[in-house]
Amino acid sequence: MSLGRRLLRLFVYQRELTPIVITIGLFVYFVIRAGSTFTDSLSLSSAAGYAGPISAIAVGEVLLLVLAEIDLSAGQVFLFAAWVEYWLHNLGLPVALAILVSLAVCCGVGAINGLITVRLNVPSFVTTLATNFILFGLVLIYSNDAEASPIPLSASKGFSSDLMGAWLWSEILWVAAITIIGHALLTRTRFGVRIVATGGNLVGAAEAGVPIRRVKVWAFVLCSFLSGLVGIVDAVKYGSLDPGNFGVDYILYAIGACVIGGTALTGGRGTVIGAFIGAILIGVLEDGLTLIGVSTNDFYVWVGVVIIFAMALNVQFDRVIARSRGR
Amino acid sequence: MSAQRAEPPLGTAAREPVLEVRGVTKRFGALVVLRGIDLALRQGEVLGLVGDNGAGKSTLVKILCGFHQQDDGEVFVGGERIRFHSVEDARAHGIETVYQDLALIPQLPVYLNLFLGHELTTMGPLRFLDKREMRKLSRRYLDDINVNVPSVEAEAEQLSGGQRQAVAVARAVRAAPKILLLDEPLAAMGARESRLIIDLVKDLASSGRVSIIVIDHNYAHLFELCDRINVLQGGRITIDRPVHETSLEQLTELMVSSYRSQLEEISSDDA
Repeated sequence: MSLGRRLLRLFVYQRELTPIVITIGLFVYFVIRAGSTFTDSLSLSSAAGYAGPISAIAVGEVLLLVLAEIDLSAGQVFLFAAWVEYWLHNLGLPVALAILVSLAVCCGVGAINGLITVRLNVPSFVTTLATNFILFGLVLIYSNDAEASPIPLSASKGFSSDLMGAWLWSEILWVAAITIIGHALLTRTRFGVRIVATGGNLVGAAEAGVPIRRVKVWAFVLCSFLSGLVGIVDAVKYGSLDPGNFGVDYILYAIGACVIGGTALTGGRGTVIGAFIGAILIGVLEDGLTLIGVSTNDFYVWVGVVIIFAMALNVQFDRVIARSRGR
Repeated sequence: MSAQRAEPPLGTAAREPVLEVRGVTKRFGALVVLRGIDLALRQGEVLGLVGDNGAGKSTLVKILCGFHQQDDGEVFVGGERIRFHSVEDARAHGIETVYQDLALIPQLPVYLNLFLGHELTTMGPLRFLDKREMRKLSRRYLDDINVNVPSVEAEAEQLSGGQRQAVAVARAVRAAPKILLLDEPLAAMGARESRLIIDLVKDLASSGRVSIIVIDHNYAHLFELCDRINVLQGGRITIDRPVHETSLEQLTELMVSSYRSQLEEISSDDA
């Protein structure tokens, strides 16, 4: 096999490679253009700050995209979790308990998303679009349109506040850990195989005895849980909550990151690590363009270009696999 | 071996049926698909089921495998009356099925397709896949039943139609079922690929451990494979003949006359 064919094979089967190469390319480009200001820890942590929320949401979203489902509410769950924690803490609950209850509420939202989708046969696009609006409305109602500050733990010092987001790097480390666990879950566990099977051939998986509905509901629960978890960390990091923040902003970047990372929206194929790298790519792009003094408006154009490029490439890669049939 | 199949096993008729269906009906809304099916499958037997499109063959199979539930009538497995509530339920009673719509997952490798629904796992509740063991067992197992695939790690999408069907049959047999249901295993398959599957099924049948129901449109295939043929027309079994007591011509004749009497029945119903 020639070197070219071998390289093509490698990129076709390791979908994460393309975004890795592009991210490294962008990184080198920004280092050349902006020099050491790009590589100092403030700049890198701000790139990580952009990438953190996106990738946390993207990891859960990949599981749903592989199932040929989607969760548009995950971005709003990300914001909602911190609000619930804040409210519970104000009601007198200790921080740890407030966090746990908030995460349980997030799991509940995921369960509702999943159950409405599989029991009432409402497409998940619609179910989660609706829960997204409901959660946004609840935040506006119960916050009385006022910002919340400080968030529990954000004003204090010590290990638990550092762990939960106060330290500069804690959010991205949470996300890295979630990515590794998510990757192992999708590629090495029974649950992961059943996700691929359900998304790849729904009827076939059911006929083989895979409990397709249960698999879907658990994936929705997991997606909400992960979004809520990192949402709380993110709120501690910034120390305040703005009720006007709209979750759709986050979810669209997260889906973009999944696509850039090599996940198709047709089900059966997807990579968690790719989604993480897709989010890093978006973070590097946003931070780098800001630093070299390009208007933030240009950033949106670039994100769009990268998403289209990534998807077109993926479709071509799928055709390469299809052509190799029977050999 | 084919000589062996041409002569039915001695005393087939006298043996207890492993599967018996009595008066099973099924309707979907206003559409009545099965109008009282009576059928018996005996130990070690290959029973062919033929009938026109829409006659209810696939519906019957989907009831026997637990995917649909009958509205009325009874199903006996090994003499015991059983009502299946799910595919797992039927499977627990030793019934495995290979579906018409190729139930493999295109994006999963052969070995995971073989184990789908009964994955081997390690590390207790974490349920990590024991990929090495599944690969090893898959290779050995496919060799045992003479199924050739390029590699157990090839994704199902990369296999030919015949290879995929062979893997689907292999998956069903892997669970060592008492009863195997094959829903049009030869549909959309070339001559060479059909041969692959026919030989595989004949091998399985000659082992005597499994009783098989095969649905197919091709009479030549069925005459080669089966001990007995049942004809399904208008939601009922109209003809039940051992293969050695009938011929292609006779069967066709029986079907036509049975059709005629059904048509008369319908027109007298209308009147």
